[in-house]
Amino acid sequence: MINGISINMYMVLSAILFIIGAVGVMARRNSIIIFMCIELMLNAVNLLLVSFSTLHNDPKGQVFVFFIMAVAAAEVAVGLAILSMVYRNVKSIDTNLMSNLKN
Amino acid sequence: MLGYTITQWLFGVLSFLSIMFGLMVVFSRNPVSSVLYLILTFFCIAGHYLLMNAQFLAIVHIVVYAGAIMVLFLFVIMLMNLNEDQEPQRTWLTKIIAAVAGGLMLVVLVGSLKGSEQLQLQHYGSSQVGLVKNLGMVLFRDFLFPFEIASVLLLAAMVGAIMIGKRDIK
Repeated sequence: MINGISINMYMVLSAILFIIGAVGVMARRNSIIIFMCIELMLNAVNLLLVSFSTLHNDPKGQVFVFFIMAVAAAEVAVGLAILSMVYRNVKSIDTNLMSNLKN
Repeated sequence: MLGYTITQWLFGVLSFLSIMFGLMVVFSRNPVSSVLYLILTFFCIAGHYLLMNAQFLAIVHIVVYAGAIMVLFLFVIMLMNLNEDQEPQRTWLTKIIAAVAGGLMLVVLVGSLKGSEQLQLQHYGSSQVGLVKNLGMVLFRDFLFPFEIASVLLLAAMVGAIMIGKRDIK
C-alpha cells in the first residue's frame, strides 16, 4: 500500500484541469467564459507549482504562486474593464463580432 | 478503508469534484452558473492546497479568487445582463474539433508523464514550507524586490482599469 500520494497524480490532475480550460477557450464564444477558462488554466499551473514545492520542500514555488495570483488579479481587472468597454460599444461580447482588426 | 488512507480519499474526492466543477464551467449555458461553478472549483483547489499544508496559499487563494476576482466577474455579468437565450453558441463542428484537440493534448501530456519516475510526496500534510512564518521569511528576504514590483503592477492595473472604464476621457 502506498502511504502518500505520488507527484504523478498531481501532474495528471493539473493536466486535466488545464485541458478543460483550453477546451473551454476553444469551444465557447462568450468572452467572459473564455476569460474564466483562462483563470482555470492558471489555477491548474498553480496547483502543479505548489505540489512540486511540497515535493522538494522548497518554499520558492509557493512564492511564485503568490506572484501569479497578484498578476492574475491585475489581469482580470484590466481585462474586465476592456470587456465592459467592448460591450458598451458593440452591445455584445460575442468573440465573432470582435473582428474589427481583421479588415 | 479499502486499503486507502484518509488523505488519499480526500485527494480523490477533491480531484473528482474539481474536475466535475471545471467541466460544468465549460458546459453550463448560463454565465452566472458558470461563475458559481468556477468558485466551487476554486474551493476544491484550496482544499488541495490545505492537503499539502500550504495554509497561507489556501487562504490567499480563497480571498483573492473567490472573494475578489469572482465577485468582479459576477458584477460584470450582471451589469451586462447576460442570460441563456442571448448566449452565443459555436457550431457543432467547432465544438467537436475543440474537444478532439483537447483530447489529443491530454493524451500527449499524460503519455509524456507516464514514463516519469513515481516520486512520493514525502512531507505530505506535515510540510512546514507553506506556513505563514516560513513563506514570509522567503518572501521578504529573497523576493523583496519582486514583491515591491507586484505592488506597482497592481497600482498600474487599478489606474488602467479606471482609465479604460471611464465613459469619456477629456
